[in-house]
Amino acid sequence: MGGPVDRHRRPLKGGAWRALTYGVPLTFFGLFFLYPLTAIVERGLTGAGDSPIEVLTDPLTRDVVWFTVWQATVSTALTVLVALPGAYVFARYEFRGKSLVRAGVTVPFVLPTVVVGSAFLSLLGEGGPLAGLGLDQSLTAILLAHVFFNYAVVVLVVGGLWAHLDPRQEDAARVLGAGRWQTFRSVTLPALRPAIAAAAAIVFLFTFTSFGVILILGGPRYSTLEVEIYRQTAQFLNLPQAAALSIVQLVAVVAMLLVAGRAQGRRTEALRLRPTTETARRPRAARERAVVGLNLAVMAVLLGVPLGVLVERSFDTATGYGLGFYRALSELRSTSTIFVPPVEAIANSLVFAAIATVIALVIGGLAAFAFAGPGRGSGHVGRLDTLLLLPLGVSAVMIGFGFLITFDEPPFDLRSSPALIPIAHALVAAPFVARVMIPVLRSIDQRLRDAAALLGASPARVWREVDLPIVFRALLVAAGFAFAISLGEFGATIFIARPDYPTLPVVIFRLIGQPGPLSFGAAMAASVILMALTAAAILAIGRFRAADLGEF
Amino acid sequence: MRVGRRVLSGVVVAAVVALGAVAGCGGKSSSDEVVLVTHSSFVVSDGVRREFEESSGKKLTILQTGDAGEALTRALLTAGNPEGDVFFGVDSNLLSRALDGDLFEPYEPAGLEHVDVRYALDPEHRVTPIDHGEVCLNYDRAWFEDRGIAPPEFLEQLTEPRYRGLLVAQNPATSSPGLAFMLATIALFGEEGWKGFWADLRRNDVLVTSGWEEAYNARFSGSSSGGGDRPIVVSYATSPPAEVIFRKPRPTEAPTAVLTDSCFRQIEFAGVLRGTSNEQGAEELIDFMLTRRFQEDVPLSMFVFPVDSEAELPPEFSKYAVVPESPLELPPEEIEANRERWVDQWTDTVVR
Repeated sequence: MGGPVDRHRRPLKGGAWRALTYGVPLTFFGLFFLYPLTAIVERGLTGAGDSPIEVLTDPLTRDVVWFTVWQATVSTALTVLVALPGAYVFARYEFRGKSLVRAGVTVPFVLPTVVVGSAFLSLLGEGGPLAGLGLDQSLTAILLAHVFFNYAVVVLVVGGLWAHLDPRQEDAARVLGAGRWQTFRSVTLPALRPAIAAAAAIVFLFTFTSFGVILILGGPRYSTLEVEIYRQTAQFLNLPQAAALSIVQLVAVVAMLLVAGRAQGRRTEALRLRPTTETARRPRAARERAVVGLNLAVMAVLLGVPLGVLVERSFDTATGYGLGFYRALSELRSTSTIFVPPVEAIANSLVFAAIATVIALVIGGLAAFAFAGPGRGSGHVGRLDTLLLLPLGVSAVMIGFGFLITFDEPPFDLRSSPALIPIAHALVAAPFVARVMIPVLRSIDQRLRDAAALLGASPARVWREVDLPIVFRALLVAAGFAFAISLGEFGATIFIARPDYPTLPVVIFRLIGQPGPLSFGAAMAASVILMALTAAAILAIGRFRAADLGEF
Repeated sequence: MRVGRRVLSGVVVAAVVALGAVAGCGGKSSSDEVVLVTHSSFVVSDGVRREFEESSGKKLTILQTGDAGEALTRALLTAGNPEGDVFFGVDSNLLSRALDGDLFEPYEPAGLEHVDVRYALDPEHRVTPIDHGEVCLNYDRAWFEDRGIAPPEFLEQLTEPRYRGLLVAQNPATSSPGLAFMLATIALFGEEGWKGFWADLRRNDVLVTSGWEEAYNARFSGSSSGGGDRPIVVSYATSPPAEVIFRKPRPTEAPTAVLTDSCFRQIEFAGVLRGTSNEQGAEELIDFMLTRRFQEDVPLSMFVFPVDSEAELPPEFSKYAVVPESPLELPPEEIEANRERWVDQWTDTVVR
């Protein structure tokens, strides 16, 4: 102990602690992300097939890259614009059924795109009630679906920080004569900026790699890099071109993340964070009630209507409304090997999600701490943290193929091991956890930590006593997301292909690929079960209170 | 440090346990297990699967590795060090690629004598035909009856004004029935004529979706699941019996019918994966797939036809399905040599 404490470059105490915060996430991402990705790209570029140069010089590829970037940018901007007021309402107001609405808002995030696609199609497609809008196979339909899926990201990530901002700072600005807009722009917005940047980056990556939405709602005219990579691997079996396209995708994502890192600002100011119980209250004035009401209306139309369609269709059997499709879920079992009773799929989903959440919290939490823990709020690493999101922006198909050719020798022949499922889920969820936690960690006043350290606390103790109480709420948001990501994850789960452990999305996919109205209806019923499960999980996670950590 | 050390040791223990668990259930099979690698549409009845396990004394594990194309790409990537013992699901459109990729060990199964020679496309027996299915136009019978319009009988008629805006097809770039239907038009009209046909279809307001699910469930008026309003769709010869079997209560007549003239044949093959650790078990499984028991299970589980000409079709099939007698076909080598070019030309004609 002792020695001078440099505010910016404080020597780290405890080599083990440093090894832990850097080493574990690095090992995890290196082993399960970079290694398989490099291997498959190398195999693609050196293997037999068409020259990768061909695809790069093709003017059509340029169009695809342009459309991919463009639609992701617009989708992100729209999502932030539509959802930011929603985040404000959740952060600042108390209203009846708030936690239920919050859980409901998260539901779209986990639904398989085939299911949501079919709900949108039945509304917007020919013969649907909204066919008159002319949105069938249009760009607008794609954008609407992207907002639908990602609304929750902005509400939860931004709202999580917003709920802790001290409203008295805004009040002070108002007293000093600033208007509402000016107060928002010069007081609230700067404080929220890192969280908005984090949410926007996540939404951008999700829409950048959009696949199902583009295919189902856009029709044959629209194509993203992800769609092209799928076509090259699954339709033309052309690995060299797929590898070349993956490199393009990777370069674009890294460039975007570096730009986002710059936009996020070099250093976040320490904020005065308050418990949420002090910041939220019931809407009083007519204007406040109108704001809350308007946002709830937006959520009801944008999120509620498509969800409602799914629920309705799950009960709408040939003989009138009833539970026929729910019963079919169990009955289909008797005819074939592929189906499992719904209870079993629910159990599989919950077990995988629980394991994935733990892995994601450990890996993502440590990574967040490495980048934004004590004494690490500044300098070059401050900008590189955005790169943590890289796994979200890379083609899942390629990573999957990478796994195949890297973990294929005993004793590490993991190719069809069920252990890979939670690992694959955590690969997506851990960056998420880190990005949710970093803005909050950065906003912690370094002086609090220094004071604790001066009083003789070890780094772990500092974390336990200073950081943890403040980040607990963010940790809950992150856990909820990690759990939801795993519940809804489909691509990796189907790729890892253990037929003995199907999750709910896998069951839905199997049902929807079967002919006949009964299996389609059963797929709707399974989707409604997935919706209920997600809402219940988010509600349950929200009930955790940091009772012994101070009320935050 | 107390907390830190506990966390650290927790992580180490978890990692060790995870790796141990993972290593314990690796993919390779032992001699008392046969692993069938296949696509996500593979289905087999429980009873049939048990029968194989009892007669062979081996456990049958089924690994589904994505749609037909993904599963094959995966198998090609792991050629020589396969994930299982048998691969099922190479169709005639992708056969050349699989054979070029040196995926299979030759094996001539016992039951081959019951199989029509038209299906045995590989003289070296690297692959064995197991089933065939036809991609055909389906139409909604009630739709045409209600309006007093005759449903089309020939593909050429689809470009006529009275069938304007009635067809929904799939993008051959993203859908395998879509690809098959495009190949059907190439087989019928030849290199010279097929693009003109599609240009006419485009003028006649054909709707193109990315996948079969949207086309059939959401756009086609004849499936009770969606509520689309197009009465003609690219689907399978076996979709009409499926519309009967999966409706509750079952209708006495199939609500949809097939335009037999439009059918394109796809044959599905199985083969022993090169590098299998259980060659005997793999061969037993291929033998089993040609037994009458398995062949007669194929229609109602996967909605395709058996290759065994003596296998009896279930009553729903003999009543509601039409087995096209002389469907359209193209040689696999020709498909392999031209697939990408044709898809690009199709895209230029229909989409851009």
